[in-house]
Amino acid sequence: MFDHRPDAETLLEVNNIEVIYNHVILVLKGVSLSVPKGGITALLGGNGAGKSTTLKSISGLLKSERGEITKGSISYRGQVLDGSNPADQVSAGLIQVMEGRHCFEHLTVEENLLTGSYTRKDGRGAIAADLEMVYDYFPRLKTRRKSQAGYTSGGEQQMVAIGRAMMARPEMILLDEPSMGLAPQLVEQIFEIVKRLNEEQGTTFLLAEQNTNVALKYAHTGYILENGRVVMDGTAKALRENPDVAEFYLGMSDKGRKSFRDVRSYRRRKRWLA
Amino acid sequence: MSDTVLFALEAGLNGLTVGIMYSLVALGFVLIFKASGIFNFAQGVMALFAALTLVGFQTGQVPFSHLINAIFGAHVSDFGFTMPAFLAIILTVVVMVLLALLIERLVLKHLVNQEPIILFMATIGLAYFLEGLGDIMWGAEVKRLDVGIPQGMSSWVDETTYNLFGYGFYIDTLSLWALLIAAVLVTGLVVFSQYTKQGRALRAVADDHQAALSVGISLRFIWVLTWSIAGIVALVAGIMWGSKSGVQFSLSLIALKALPVLILGGFTSIPGAIVGGLLIGVGEKLFDFFMQPVIGGATENWFAYMLALVFLLFRPQGLFGERIIERV
Repeated sequence: MFDHRPDAETLLEVNNIEVIYNHVILVLKGVSLSVPKGGITALLGGNGAGKSTTLKSISGLLKSERGEITKGSISYRGQVLDGSNPADQVSAGLIQVMEGRHCFEHLTVEENLLTGSYTRKDGRGAIAADLEMVYDYFPRLKTRRKSQAGYTSGGEQQMVAIGRAMMARPEMILLDEPSMGLAPQLVEQIFEIVKRLNEEQGTTFLLAEQNTNVALKYAHTGYILENGRVVMDGTAKALRENPDVAEFYLGMSDKGRKSFRDVRSYRRRKRWLA
Repeated sequence: MSDTVLFALEAGLNGLTVGIMYSLVALGFVLIFKASGIFNFAQGVMALFAALTLVGFQTGQVPFSHLINAIFGAHVSDFGFTMPAFLAIILTVVVMVLLALLIERLVLKHLVNQEPIILFMATIGLAYFLEGLGDIMWGAEVKRLDVGIPQGMSSWVDETTYNLFGYGFYIDTLSLWALLIAAVLVTGLVVFSQYTKQGRALRAVADDHQAALSVGISLRFIWVLTWSIAGIVALVAGIMWGSKSGVQFSLSLIALKALPVLILGGFTSIPGAIVGGLLIGVGEKLFDFFMQPVIGGATENWFAYMLALVFLLFRPQGLFGERIIERV
């Protein structure tokens, strides 16, 4: 696995964006990040740090939640996205897998996957071939293809959500919290598939995760968000070895494990940057 | 067979054909409710508006003629030609699609992600607006609608039943046509929603707006699509009711009868709307037939609502409503 690839071209560039929900709630206070083509980039941080909002700003889903980018810009393949219509992003090869799976419950697994190909214009043959490709990555979905997605397990639904995004033949997938509510074993399984997709299909990933441990194991580079700001970034290796990251997000320190209460009071004293 | 059974059978059959009219209106409700979660109060008025427009086109009426005459002191009323029924129907379909586009552009677009009650209020406003628009465009008098569907007693049913039971049933031919047309319409809708890409997208939007957006389905396009289809269904309902009892403004009141139909069949089920309509149609006729000697007539006015109440108590999702999927 490569940890750092300085020569890789930048696929996505987020430039100092500020996001306000409902005209009053300031959620992102100037987030900048760049995602190299062909890499896995992790977006880390606790609840309410702004990870999902960052992803939604990129995919264009923000507007339907009454959020608005008030400052800054986002460019994809050198072109500025206006972020008003998610369909444009999907056609351009940029698709989001939402937090909490969001499968179409009353559609079958196969119909769910097929909805992913909605924006494609390259014909039934290509779509059928890609369906087989998805079943190759997720053999479990093939056995459940005729069941209603609402009745499948959490892990299967996460697979459906990722498979559905793959059906759009994306160049880049924004993956929001894939580990949410899944057993540790399943989390590893999902991340293995992300890694395979990245290596075999060349799909670029930007993933938001609270599970810092797993995310830094599979990602190449990472950004840490706190309170709507990027507080640290670097290669996954550098972040793993950073003592603050180890203490705040991985729960380790040289004095052994700490009680959560101590960590909290410690964090209140020692802020990241500001 | 005894006379009572025969009379009950005839009443039931007539109920079936009234029921299909209810079904047609309920169908429009279900389509919009499924796709956007909006309870479209204006569905009945859309049927009225479609029927008015159809008659207007057929008879070559000048739209807004009263308004034009009042403002400019002119005396225009019609173009002086009549239009073949099929051409008028096609033009009316175009008008209903345009109406769907306008509703999306002027109303729905601005109310994305609002509470369902706000959208519901918007459709009430829409209902009154459309009723007024229909009035000002085509005039308020009762009109005759004839698109060439045969009417009157079906002699075929009369003869067949006479030969079988020695008593000829009175069934309106128009009702038989309504049954057939409804069957074709529903089959078409089911095939569309199950086997086409746009149909799948429509069901996806019904399940989860956000997720549908995330895979690149355009909500606005899907909404225009559903409102257009609902407009066409309204046109069919308008033609049926209009041919039966003339195009008049009380037509919009049949929308109220569609409410118990929806509660019976389930708000989210296309077959439910049809079966619910038939059950209510048959139910109210039979109830009337058997209970009239006991409690007097006019039970048809309230029977449907009472049945709906019973359903709300014991099976709130209706007969065919989507099971609420809950994983534990």
